[in-house]
Amino acid sequence: MLKFILRRLFFEALPTLFVIATLTFFMVRLAPGGPFSREKQVSAEVQRRLDAYYGLDKPLVVQYGRYLANVARGDLGPSFKHATESVNSLIARAFPVSLELGLWALLFAIVTGIGAGIVASLRPNTWTDAGPMTLAMAGICLPSFVLGPLLLLLFGLTLGWVNVAGWNTAGDRILPAITLGAGYAAYLARLTRAGMRDILSQDFIRTARAKGLSPTRVILVHALKGGLLPSVSFLGPAVAGLITGTFVVESIFQIPGLGQIIVNAAFNRDYFLILGAVVFIGFVMIVMNLLVDVAQALMNPRLRLGE
Amino acid sequence: MNTAVRLSSLILICLVAVSCGRQGGSSASADKPFVPKPEKNDNVLRLGNGDEPQALDPHLVAGVMEQNILMSLLEGLTIEDPKTLQPLPGAAERWEISPDETVYTFHLRENGKWSNGDPVTAEDFRFSFERLLSPNLAAEYAYMLHIIKNAKAFNEGRIKNFDEVGVKVKGERTLEITLEAPTAYFLAVQSHFCFFPVHKATILKYGRIDQRDTDWTKPGNFVGNGAFQLVDWKVNEVIRVRPNPHYWDAATVKLSGIEFYPVKQAETEERMFRGGQLDCTSTLPLPKLDTYKKEYPHLLRSDPYLATGYYLFNVTKKPFDDVRVRRAFALTVNRQLICDRILKGGQMPAFFLTPPDTAGFTSRAALTGSLHEARKLLAEAGYPGGQGFPDVELLYNTSENHRIIAEAIQQMWHRDLGVRVSLVNQEWKAYMDTRRKLGFGLCRAGWTADYNDPMTFLDLFVTDGGNNNTGWSSPAYDQAIAEARRTSGSTRLEAFQKAEAILAAELPILTLYHYRTVDLVHPRVQGWYPNQLDHHPYKFVSLKAD
Amino acid sequence: MSTPDTDELEKGTSLGHDAWLRLRKNRLAVAGGLLLVAIALLCLIGPALSPYGYEADNLQLGAAPPSLSHWMGTDYNGRDLFTRVMVGGRVSFAVGLAATAVSLLIGVLYGAIAGYLGGRTDMLLMRIVDILYALPFTIFVILLLTLFGRNFVLLFVAIGAVEWLTMARIVRGQVMGLKKQEFVEACVAIGMSRRRIILRHLVPNTLGPVVVYVTLTVPSVMLLEAFLSFLGLGVQPPMSSWGILIGDGARAMEVNPWLLVFPGLLFSLTLFALNALGDGLRDALDVRGAKD
Repeated sequence: MLKFILRRLFFEALPTLFVIATLTFFMVRLAPGGPFSREKQVSAEVQRRLDAYYGLDKPLVVQYGRYLANVARGDLGPSFKHATESVNSLIARAFPVSLELGLWALLFAIVTGIGAGIVASLRPNTWTDAGPMTLAMAGICLPSFVLGPLLLLLFGLTLGWVNVAGWNTAGDRILPAITLGAGYAAYLARLTRAGMRDILSQDFIRTARAKGLSPTRVILVHALKGGLLPSVSFLGPAVAGLITGTFVVESIFQIPGLGQIIVNAAFNRDYFLILGAVVFIGFVMIVMNLLVDVAQALMNPRLRLGE
Repeated sequence: MNTAVRLSSLILICLVAVSCGRQGGSSASADKPFVPKPEKNDNVLRLGNGDEPQALDPHLVAGVMEQNILMSLLEGLTIEDPKTLQPLPGAAERWEISPDETVYTFHLRENGKWSNGDPVTAEDFRFSFERLLSPNLAAEYAYMLHIIKNAKAFNEGRIKNFDEVGVKVKGERTLEITLEAPTAYFLAVQSHFCFFPVHKATILKYGRIDQRDTDWTKPGNFVGNGAFQLVDWKVNEVIRVRPNPHYWDAATVKLSGIEFYPVKQAETEERMFRGGQLDCTSTLPLPKLDTYKKEYPHLLRSDPYLATGYYLFNVTKKPFDDVRVRRAFALTVNRQLICDRILKGGQMPAFFLTPPDTAGFTSRAALTGSLHEARKLLAEAGYPGGQGFPDVELLYNTSENHRIIAEAIQQMWHRDLGVRVSLVNQEWKAYMDTRRKLGFGLCRAGWTADYNDPMTFLDLFVTDGGNNNTGWSSPAYDQAIAEARRTSGSTRLEAFQKAEAILAAELPILTLYHYRTVDLVHPRVQGWYPNQLDHHPYKFVSLKAD
Repeated sequence: MSTPDTDELEKGTSLGHDAWLRLRKNRLAVAGGLLLVAIALLCLIGPALSPYGYEADNLQLGAAPPSLSHWMGTDYNGRDLFTRVMVGGRVSFAVGLAATAVSLLIGVLYGAIAGYLGGRTDMLLMRIVDILYALPFTIFVILLLTLFGRNFVLLFVAIGAVEWLTMARIVRGQVMGLKKQEFVEACVAIGMSRRRIILRHLVPNTLGPVVVYVTLTVPSVMLLEAFLSFLGLGVQPPMSSWGILIGDGARAMEVNPWLLVFPGLLFSLTLFALNALGDGLRDALDVRGAKD
């Protein structure tokens, strides 16, 4: 197991991070506009001094080499837009927010999604199947920039139960988590239903039922383990996507997370911030994928690691 | 049948939520006017501020949202009257002006203190001006100080010794500033952030005089001389300030604090206002304007604002190298329709650049002519009925309002001139890049006054001006602006009239409309007076308790 | 397999025909398919039926609710929403199909080659896919469009480039299974070229899972387009797309709800139809392990 993890980190994680850093670096630098193109034009002299100050006057390859060396040491560089902050400190502040939001959304997605999936799978083609599945379909079809404002209008403004924006009180977590988690919940519900239908029709379940085990026990102990497999493999990348920030939800609810940081950094041509955020997110995604593979192996011994 | 169930439930979800939202608003307005209930009653003013500030260093910033924050933290030699914007004594309690209007002697007040208790001295101001003009600081706004004698030469590195610049310390609290030429707006411009002082000892504690981005602006380090001091700065979340106990006029300050929220989405900002989380917004989404005008006019503010929106012509390329084409395009735009049916906030159609009554100046020259004339001009230029008109692009930066206006104007040209203009929408930085390189046929632009004077608008279009971006150049125009820089009084105003007349004749730009501020202000906010720069000195602002 | 129509099987029904029969029994899938065809047809011929152009505005009218002359109402510029929804549908379908085609082209070939050649080549090719999988692609698409300006072609090439990875994995898995079968060995034995074997014999046999995956890719591409439009990175105005219309509608939903309801409804119906069809196809073709 340890060997597998180490091998994955070495042969997959490092090259991946390298590719991410390289791709982003050149993509960002070849783009039109620079961090200092503002409405008030700076004189050529001022521009030259600014470039020199940030080391942007060196040949691109030199800058690239220097950047990689800094990243290897864990220094992601300065931010242009947030002049007094380093990229490290900005990410260090934004990531916990995105992480928390993502985890709440995940909780919501798992509880409602898997719950609905199980309920739907028990009595196929009845209203306990159609009901949850209809909601799931709606969840997939409603983009978050429609669902978010709808929830806000209803629960924030009309009923006044929660704040309209911000990330301070416990109540501030509810609507963003639902908005973010809805799509995932819907997907999970469909996956769980399909997985459970598959398992429930298999022989060992019939045997278990025939032996007179209680239905609850059959479902919870025997069916669930196999029935959740597709959901688990979906959750890996999904978790990575959930916790690394989502621009739409963050900007609708005014949450200071990674999604805002990265999109605004791209708009601002904040070179090091874009790079740092992308490299960081890539890193998180790699770790999450690894964790999922391990989890899957633990749940399904037939699946050998590394195959 | 399954389909029908799913379908109808989807529709229901949408409709129920939407109608709930609507009913909530209108039922409240039935008995008494709807007023958002403030989330907290802690005497703290909460402002939507549009975006995260670039920095809190007055010498390194360049925008409206930074001005909004820095106005609370720092104070220049003069401050603005909250209603008229006339200069009032600020850090200086009085001043003398030499008869030739080039030498200003400022006397700082005895009780002027920094937020750490240090006295505010003339040396602090001298140091601040030296810092802003230091070539190595590479400050974008340094050019604003070029009205000071030899400041430009020092800023460009031609003079090394700051003693040669027209800023002299004549005593601990006496500062003498010598200008290149009489400058009518010199006192007024002192309330612009680039003239704000910084605390010398603090700057030097965290770095050299000309070092960028040091830690001095962080909460805890920041030392200011304004009515408020910095408490908290959470990126993308909030900036908090509270009253500065050492401020010379602390007795006037009524607020217990101000919070600035960097809310980028106008829709989010409006919801926060309605939910009682903001007292003032920085803008209002267009579709909401009618609702507020009809149902909640008491929450809506729309005041004249010194800013003009216009389109730049690229005069270096066909077809806009021909003034007849430019004139045809300019005449075809129905500005009144845009103001009445799209903007709806009382904006004024613009037929010249400088907004009317900018420091008492209103252009006499204006664009006039008929649609018939426009068609004739286009035909004369070789494109009768738009035939053979080359492909041109109208460039604008991503924004819902710019898009809606561009789409409407595109249709006007299409319908009335028979020409097709394609729209190109770019993100701000890419847009600035294309604009600077003249990679467009037409390009949206706008200018907000830095100070209350026609110069801030009219010096835009001098030859090779940094924001000219049209390729247009006119010696007569340059001369008129140079004359305005040298002179004062009515001679100066006549020079501006000359400049406007040249613009109206040659049309390097297509003026669209003069702005108004359109935003929401909670009725409990007192002392928030309309003025042309949308500046609201916070020491005069208070909150009415329920 | 529970109730095999033995008679039909003996008559030599093809696998495809068999699947078609099963698909036809799935009412939801059939409804989805019909709905899809109906919406696509409407989008194709709708604008021709409408007396208004998709960009012809009427500023005096402004945003008006549905009426006899404007069935779905008008938008802020006074443009006919019905026409814009239909034209927008064309764009959204085009983006969805084009991006899926790009992902098909790359993914199927890549996966087939990797699966057939096996060994070191396979390992190398799949390692590349693994690496690309770990890239935060949505972010890359955003970066690409912000940094280099929006462009219709760039938009679906970018999206297609994101979606081909899963396709490659699915096809590779299929091909690995297929190549051990007798007919492939027969091809090799008669000296057929690799290129011919892959293109003529292996790729067509991966059709089942690929079709299923396509019906799931198209909606996810359409959602991505909507998301990008919301960021202002979609197609160039005054062109319309469902993403742009829904984005605008979401902003104006309290004031002019019809601006959200109509495009949102068509969008949801399309996604629903595609998903229902995809589910039905999966059951009919008995595909396991395609995307979900």
